[in-house]
Amino acid sequence: MGRGSYGFRKEWSWYTLVGVAAISMTALAALAIVGLTLSLLGHFTLEGLPHVTWEFLTQPPRNNNTEGGIFPAIYGTVLLVVLMSLMGVPIGTATALYLSEYAREDSALTRWVRFGVNTLAGVPAIVFGLFGLGFFVQFLGKGIDRIFGLELVWGKPAIIWAAATMAVLTLPVVIVSVEEALRSVPRHLREAAFALGATRWQTIWHVVLPRALTGILTGSILAVSRGAGEVAPILFLGVAYSLPELPKGLTSQFMELGYHLYVLSTQSPDVETTRPLQYATTLVLLLTTFALNLSAVLLRLRLRRG
Amino acid sequence: MIFLFIAREALGIFTAADTAVGSQPAATSELSPELYGTESESAAPEVYNPDVDFPEPEAPAGPAERPVAEPGQGTPPLLANLLSTTWQPVSSQPKYGILPLLVGTLKIALLAILLAAPIGILAAIYAAFFAPRWFREFLKPLIELLAGFPSVVIGFFCLMVLASIVQESLGTTFRLNALVGSLGVAIAIIPIVFTIAEDSLSRLPRVLWEAGLALGAQPWQVVFRILVPAATPGLFAAVLLGFGRAFGETMIVLMASGNAPLLSWSPVEPVRTLSATIGSEMGEVVWGSLHYSVLFLLGLLLFVGTFLLNVIAEFWVRRRLLRRFQGTTAAL
Repeated sequence: MGRGSYGFRKEWSWYTLVGVAAISMTALAALAIVGLTLSLLGHFTLEGLPHVTWEFLTQPPRNNNTEGGIFPAIYGTVLLVVLMSLMGVPIGTATALYLSEYAREDSALTRWVRFGVNTLAGVPAIVFGLFGLGFFVQFLGKGIDRIFGLELVWGKPAIIWAAATMAVLTLPVVIVSVEEALRSVPRHLREAAFALGATRWQTIWHVVLPRALTGILTGSILAVSRGAGEVAPILFLGVAYSLPELPKGLTSQFMELGYHLYVLSTQSPDVETTRPLQYATTLVLLLTTFALNLSAVLLRLRLRRG
Repeated sequence: MIFLFIAREALGIFTAADTAVGSQPAATSELSPELYGTESESAAPEVYNPDVDFPEPEAPAGPAERPVAEPGQGTPPLLANLLSTTWQPVSSQPKYGILPLLVGTLKIALLAILLAAPIGILAAIYAAFFAPRWFREFLKPLIELLAGFPSVVIGFFCLMVLASIVQESLGTTFRLNALVGSLGVAIAIIPIVFTIAEDSLSRLPRVLWEAGLALGAQPWQVVFRILVPAATPGLFAAVLLGFGRAFGETMIVLMASGNAPLLSWSPVEPVRTLSATIGSEMGEVVWGSLHYSVLFLLGLLLFVGTFLLNVIAEFWVRRRLLRRFQGTTAAL
């Protein structure tokens, strides 16, 4: 205490200097992140924008992927995420319903399910790819083939298995956002429904779910945006370098935007000449994921307010 | 009833991984030739990576080797093979030494977290305590934007821009090396580190802040002497989860780190990680072969590694954080 008042002035200036240094260090780190993000965005916009033409978006690639557009890749990506949502969203919603409406918060089962969801969220994407190959293709696909006596129809990498794998990968995203939406439905609405004699399921179906629809939508959009950007899990699940035609059925191979970018930039015979194509593909991919993310954010804002 | 789905999915990963281990010794048994026979057409290589592939045709490699390994002593040599220092899965004498891959993975993940943790945590401190409101409102969506970058795009950025910058400024021999890869991974994990760190910092009890100020400390003293130490478990969790993410990151390292399985700790040499190995080789491997099983084993390693990191972050750190806070509120 005596020290404090005695050398007050000297310590004050010295300390202020340290403080300013510390604060500016943290500010610098924050600015670095801002700069990084903006430069990433700017770089891709500047390099990619001139090459995103109507032809690029609607034409198939020509001449061993060195000319033409990326229409099949866009088509494949859309098909993939649609299939993925069809599989993942119902399961995710159901799990979230169970967690928030039926389960007791402290039961061992709930804790295990939550632990499972958390674990799923932390598993590297590539491991999901292995899981898809081992479980969906080798086990389910082969199993279907064996049961129906088919000659290798389902038991090979295909868009349906890629979509299923993506669905598992994006499950945590769906579950977390749907659960949040369900929790935002006021308790008294449920209690009113119960008081009117509705069963638990009637309450959920007629009262809770319509209220939580926006949240479910948000979850699926976030899942789609995550799924559209992931390449690692589908690397060996039927994605193709170049295909003569669009995928015809659930068991076809397909092209995908992210993978297309990957092969163009690393495996292409002539990386230099396809540079404009690479940047344009990147920009399309970025715009797609950002548009999806943005709409999810806006929906969530509305949800929080409403 | 429905929760079973998710439990099954979580379990499914275990079983997929388990079959990898299970099929490890059994890879030479009756299961694999049958699979090999049916799959040989569909296993046509789609991705051809000139960096890693040796020009031997794949078909002879499998069956020719299998009878040799058939007798019961197949397992001990395999173990020695796994622990050797060469990764040459496609050659007349396949070598599955996972050490270079392990070292590569650790090298990338450590470098990435060393780069990302200071930036992420410092920025989180700034955002949580010092930043003006408008900047915070601006920074958070920006971080979400950065988190929304697909990893293949970041990999592409490293390949095109960062690699050249690093080579020009450091004069490295190889354009694509571990440093470039880990820079990319760092970009990918900064949002995670930032988000978790910021979360744990801003959830600190307000009394700590007020008590510090009441004792006459300056705001930055309160932050660095009281609040940051109080949030250490949370910050530690942020680093751990970021590390876990870096550990399993695939596309960035696949694209930007040179993909050569060298056993070296030097940050400027090309490197190859577990995940990149799986990603680049699984597409062309013969199903059911030993190589296939080894790749699944790599996946198992990845899974167990990230799983442990998550468990540590989840239970140990959270619990400590909780106890610490209960301590502070009980004391007041």
